[in-house]
Amino acid sequence: MNMRKVVVRFSGDSGDGMQLTGDMFSQSSGFAGNDLTTIPDFPAEIRAPQGSIGGVSSFQIQIGGTEIYTPGDTVDVLVVMNPAALAANLKFLKPGGTIIADSDEFNKKNLNKADYDSNPLDDNSLDEYHLIQAPASSLTKEALKDLGLETKATVRSKNMFTLGLVLYMFSRPLDNTIQFIERKFYKKPILVKANKLAIEAGYNFGESTEAFSRAIVIPPAKLPKGTYRNIDGNTAAAWGLLAAAESAGKKLSLCSYPITPASEILHELSARKDMGAIVFQAEDEIAAVCAAIGAAFSGNLSVTTTSGPGLSLKSEALGLAVIAELPLVVVNVQRAGPSTGLPTKTEQSDLYQALYGRHGDSPMVVIAASSPDDCFYYAYEAARLAIEHVTPVILLTDTYLASGTSPWRLPENGDLKKINVPKFKGDPADWKPFLRQPEFLNRYWMSPGDKGFEHRNGGLEKKEITGNLTYEPQNHENMTKIRAEKIERIAKRIPQLSITGAPKGKLLLVGWGSTYGAINTAVTDMLEDGEKEIGFTHFNYINPLPDNCEEVFSKFDRILVCELNNGQFVNYLRSKIPQFEYLQYNKIQGQPFFISEIKAQIINILSN
Amino acid sequence: MQIDVKENVEELTKKDFVSDQAVRWCPGCGDYMILAMMQKTFARMNHRKEDFLSISGIGCSSRITYYLDTFGFHSIHGRAIAVATGAKLANPQQNVWVFTGDGDCMAIGGNHFIHTCRRNVDLNIIIFNNKIYGMTKGQSSPTTPVGTKTKTAPEGSYEQPFNIGEVAIGAGASFFARVPDNDPKLLEEVMMQAYLHKGTSVIEVLQNCVIFTDGIHEAITSRDTKDDNQLRLEHGKPMIFGKELDKGIRINGMKLAKTDLDENRDEVIIHDQTEMETQLHIALANLQLPDHPVAMGIIRQVIRPSYGEVVHQAIEAERKNSEFKSLKDLFLSGSTWDIN
Repeated sequence: MNMRKVVVRFSGDSGDGMQLTGDMFSQSSGFAGNDLTTIPDFPAEIRAPQGSIGGVSSFQIQIGGTEIYTPGDTVDVLVVMNPAALAANLKFLKPGGTIIADSDEFNKKNLNKADYDSNPLDDNSLDEYHLIQAPASSLTKEALKDLGLETKATVRSKNMFTLGLVLYMFSRPLDNTIQFIERKFYKKPILVKANKLAIEAGYNFGESTEAFSRAIVIPPAKLPKGTYRNIDGNTAAAWGLLAAAESAGKKLSLCSYPITPASEILHELSARKDMGAIVFQAEDEIAAVCAAIGAAFSGNLSVTTTSGPGLSLKSEALGLAVIAELPLVVVNVQRAGPSTGLPTKTEQSDLYQALYGRHGDSPMVVIAASSPDDCFYYAYEAARLAIEHVTPVILLTDTYLASGTSPWRLPENGDLKKINVPKFKGDPADWKPFLRQPEFLNRYWMSPGDKGFEHRNGGLEKKEITGNLTYEPQNHENMTKIRAEKIERIAKRIPQLSITGAPKGKLLLVGWGSTYGAINTAVTDMLEDGEKEIGFTHFNYINPLPDNCEEVFSKFDRILVCELNNGQFVNYLRSKIPQFEYLQYNKIQGQPFFISEIKAQIINILSN
Repeated sequence: MQIDVKENVEELTKKDFVSDQAVRWCPGCGDYMILAMMQKTFARMNHRKEDFLSISGIGCSSRITYYLDTFGFHSIHGRAIAVATGAKLANPQQNVWVFTGDGDCMAIGGNHFIHTCRRNVDLNIIIFNNKIYGMTKGQSSPTTPVGTKTKTAPEGSYEQPFNIGEVAIGAGASFFARVPDNDPKLLEEVMMQAYLHKGTSVIEVLQNCVIFTDGIHEAITSRDTKDDNQLRLEHGKPMIFGKELDKGIRINGMKLAKTDLDENRDEVIIHDQTEMETQLHIALANLQLPDHPVAMGIIRQVIRPSYGEVVHQAIEAERKNSEFKSLKDLFLSGSTWDIN
């Protein structure tokens, strides 16, 4: 049976290894040529009570023979390792969807923990679904009985049994997955054996039972040629920064303080000493940004990473980076706020803070990534703009991008624009600390070690060109305007907006950052269904805005701005491009958009 | 003692470190002496001029970066040490000096100060301690003595002050020295030793503010009283002081005590700045008038790895041992697939 798109959700106890299972299924899907997007969903507690609904950990993946931009609204195949997983996830399953349940775990004790009075596998309450009972625990035990493993280790392999079963269900060969296991556990041959046997047991169970009348085949998607891997947004951002440092011929300094959901960038670069990353875990967010400013003055590609509350703590120092005109990359992985808010949930509500959250007139470049894999390119781009324009840049991502994954095509020669460091090449006598390159108004980036270029910089206002301290009234006005103009001119260096769908018509959808997948899918689906007068444009560059906004907006009767906050980008557009009327759709639930929600909005507006 | 450490770098003079900016401290301010001795000592150091970096926070002390002709960064209130940490880690070749005050360093910047002492970042930190907020016009600082009248304590300051040496050594500083601002020789000597020390070097300068706390250190620093009221420490020498060199420091019960040499000459302690244990160094830092003389010179100088050394050695080791020799190796690690 051929299918275009399928959503699978693996769900079990925190200790059941659902994230690894999901990750391996993602890789198998990548090998099969499918496009995909994944999202983990795990409890905030590090170790929630075993078997409880609060302790359920899930991994959702959408795979397709077409381009896939979201992990899917609703689930086609739900894999549950215990009753709590079923109780927590049944609400996501489509009517008529498939449930694969480890029936061994539906015992009295576990049913009680999940508040079931009777066993849902036996009491006909799941009749509207296609239920496959797979005794994963006992069959895994049986398959591994000759290995002499402890019971605990044997039980732990049952996730591989379910993986084997799902691989069978999707007509996947086992060899890639087995090679992955051989690589992952190469130090422990006994675990290679155990996992292999468990996968094969699951696969054989699928083949020998009549549970699946027909195996599902998802044909390969038409993706650009190249080498791919799956990547989450935080790793992608970390790697993008490494690539930028290499291109600029600079060392990379990362100065950060741990905060959810940005910490993984700090973790990844801490592990990348082998690529020369200089990482400083600071005593607080303020120390982190200040150390990053010190590293920037010293001539390194300098980065600090954080999330909303941390960005607030950094804001004074960001004013310093603005007036000192230093290249600095701030990666802000947004979460739902204010304050501690919903610290593990996604939101786009730090936009105002990124644009305006500083004292004084202090414009900064703000850009946003729109998928887990393009966090690589936008981190690279943030570094490129920071270095070439000698200015601080904020990159906005969010929880959804940080922890989700999507296939990333490895950059090939020429894919990345070379980063040129604006060094003053002439005699130091002809140079001044605030001498500017005329086209883009950037300073030159001279640092300790540059003989003859000793100079002072800092937080006090400077005289144009010389950089000497001055309280001259007109000079402050001039410098304030130059700092603003310098950011505006970057609009010439960034791509213009493009439109998906109709080039003109009744309704233009507008999004920014991580909502790209949901809005794009909704619009594309409706275009395929015959809708002709809708278009979609997406912003990755927020400040400055691309210079063709007005042209794009003017081609549509109505404009709907969709974002995951209470209307920050729409108000920004109202202030920057006030001649248009903007409709807005806001979701503020700590969750990404569902495609169905966007479609409902479109239908609603078109029918009025 | 004149140490010559110059080798393979150009000869520089004090003038090379004088910037073209007019100095704007109040006439008579103790900061002038610090600036002059810093410029003089810089010229003696074994660093190329372009590898000096001066970093300051906010306050009168922090204006000094504009007067030193080096790479300089005048940062924000309390954060000079954090900026300097990032700078030193980014480029270990740099000879980094931090200039800060008792308000800048011990109040708003206190967190960075203790963590830097703990990490032993290779920074030289000069704290201008005038025991008051001068630039903001006379509020109590964390080192203002109890009873001192200030704008925020018109009836006299009522908070227990920090002793900078006690905080620094307690937080793990590997080098701590104290110097009065009217002793150029000792200032130069201590600056040079701080330069040679690999790790966080903290120098507390008892600096006179002629406007708000004029004379606050006078009992310690004046010509008439300094011999009796200062304990001049020298490594390996007995702790003897007084105009007639007739008094010494010994241990009495659980604490340090003043004694007459005539009575207890044998009990006078020999100063060992390299002792790893902190108790006696902290006790020395805490000696106070009127019962005891105030300790001057290098109180503590112990050798432990600097933060930068540890970080950069780890980077070198990882570069050598890693299976990834290039970014491409890293990108191709794990599972990849090709689409043709």
